[in-house]
Amino acid sequence: MPDVSYDGQTVSVNDEGFFTDPSQWTEDMVPQIAKAEGIDHLTDRHWQVIRFMRQEYQAKGTGPSVRALAKTSGVPVKELYQLFPKGPAKLAAKIAGIPKPRGCI
Amino acid sequence: MGPGGPQVEAIKRIVILGGGTGGTIAANRLHRAFGAGDAEIIVVDQDDDHVYQPGLLFVPFGHADPGRLVRSRRRQLHAGIGFRQAGIDHVNLAADRVRLDDGTELGYDVLVIATGARLLPEETEGLTGPGWMKNVFTFYTLAGATALRSALDRFDGGRLVVNVIDMPIKCPVAPLEFCFLADRYFLRRRIRSRVELSYVTPLDGAFTRPVCSRELSGLLAGRGIELITQFNTGTVRDGALVSYDDRQVPFDLAVVVPVHGGAAYVDRSAGLGDELGFIPVDRQTLQAKAKPNIFAIGDATDAPTSKAGSVAHFEGEALVGRIRAYLADQPLTAAFDGHTNCFIETGGGKALLIDFNYDTEPLTGHYPASVGLPLLRESRLNHLGKLAFGQLYWHSLLPGRDLPGIGAAMPRRGKKGLPART
Repeated sequence: MPDVSYDGQTVSVNDEGFFTDPSQWTEDMVPQIAKAEGIDHLTDRHWQVIRFMRQEYQAKGTGPSVRALAKTSGVPVKELYQLFPKGPAKLAAKIAGIPKPRGCI
Repeated sequence: MGPGGPQVEAIKRIVILGGGTGGTIAANRLHRAFGAGDAEIIVVDQDDDHVYQPGLLFVPFGHADPGRLVRSRRRQLHAGIGFRQAGIDHVNLAADRVRLDDGTELGYDVLVIATGARLLPEETEGLTGPGWMKNVFTFYTLAGATALRSALDRFDGGRLVVNVIDMPIKCPVAPLEFCFLADRYFLRRRIRSRVELSYVTPLDGAFTRPVCSRELSGLLAGRGIELITQFNTGTVRDGALVSYDDRQVPFDLAVVVPVHGGAAYVDRSAGLGDELGFIPVDRQTLQAKAKPNIFAIGDATDAPTSKAGSVAHFEGEALVGRIRAYLADQPLTAAFDGHTNCFIETGGGKALLIDFNYDTEPLTGHYPASVGLPLLRESRLNHLGKLAFGQLYWHSLLPGRDLPGIGAAMPRRGKKGLPART
């Protein structure tokens, strides 16, 4: 399992770059992870979504689907795709240091 | 009071909302646990039609007769359990009362939410537009599965797309099963070469768990089924699915699983449900986070496992234990471990079996022990198991019995690669 460094700390990630231990994540790491994913500038809306992803993960043990994300974060789906191109549920999960959404099989 | 019965002082009323798989199992198990003198049990449902939902998958291919999938809800409940046929307006958590749509109210000592998940096709733009029930179907309802049967009979070639719009859904494996059965169906009709089959999913694979991915990833490609991933359907246009990021999947026939939500009354019951209408529960005790005298079972909960009938069955034992302890004011010990299992039809008289829980992904081996049904491997035995299950459902599962040799907790024996217990 490769190790990477964010904000001067070593964290372990899987081969897709998702945190294998979400507790290693801190908010200070977010700008670097986001930049590595092609998001150079983080707005308040980005932060709203990222914090919400962490909350959901802590409460339910898994990140939310795009629909749940839109309903509760207050950010509509179209905007989610503008903030996190290619797939908010997956990209925002990676930046928030939580596992990617997955099914039962 | 029977031997071992809870030490209660007056007859308690347990109201169960929903008379489907979870509600019926809960009612029958609770009835056996308490006896008539200790608890009054009332089940509420808006209709008297208990549908065997696992059978819906087979209707479009002519393998199941829709009429034989439905029985009276009332008749699956043991004598002595009350049944109220009514819609639910809302639950008043503070007052411990349910308001029904006929204006009457039911007070309760314990409430069990078993109203499952409902389809919300209107939430996806264009899904219920002009194509709905013409070239866009769902097999998740009796009407949809039946109409799809006619459409498939008339389908003579072209692009058939199977799409899960978003998670969570009931029975996440059913759309994959549909693809496998469709492949066989068109082979039998000798028109398979004229049909393009595609499976379109919002997840980033058909199989997202490591062992499943390792064992099963060839299943789709081996049958010539195209896989399109990370596709979140935002709109259904005439002849095309359009994702939120403007990708398009054209189709001649679309078989769609609409987004799911909890029952409608949940949104009208302040504090009860989450943003999707499911009931937040402690995942082991099934007690609602909203209030300790409310429990939930089956598809209605937000428990982080699949929405599947097997879950309602395995939850039944823990649910009854918790409710008994709650009413007798004793420490709560029974726990649900997230145990889930599912047969996956792969066509040609074969099926796979998967078995897992909150902490353990589907693994290879056998179930329920080293002698048993093979896990994560196609076999005819598994297919026979799925067929036999159709009878076990009505005669053993719903009456609230355990199946011989099958405990509620996920078995560890018979599995390969299970990490050692510390």
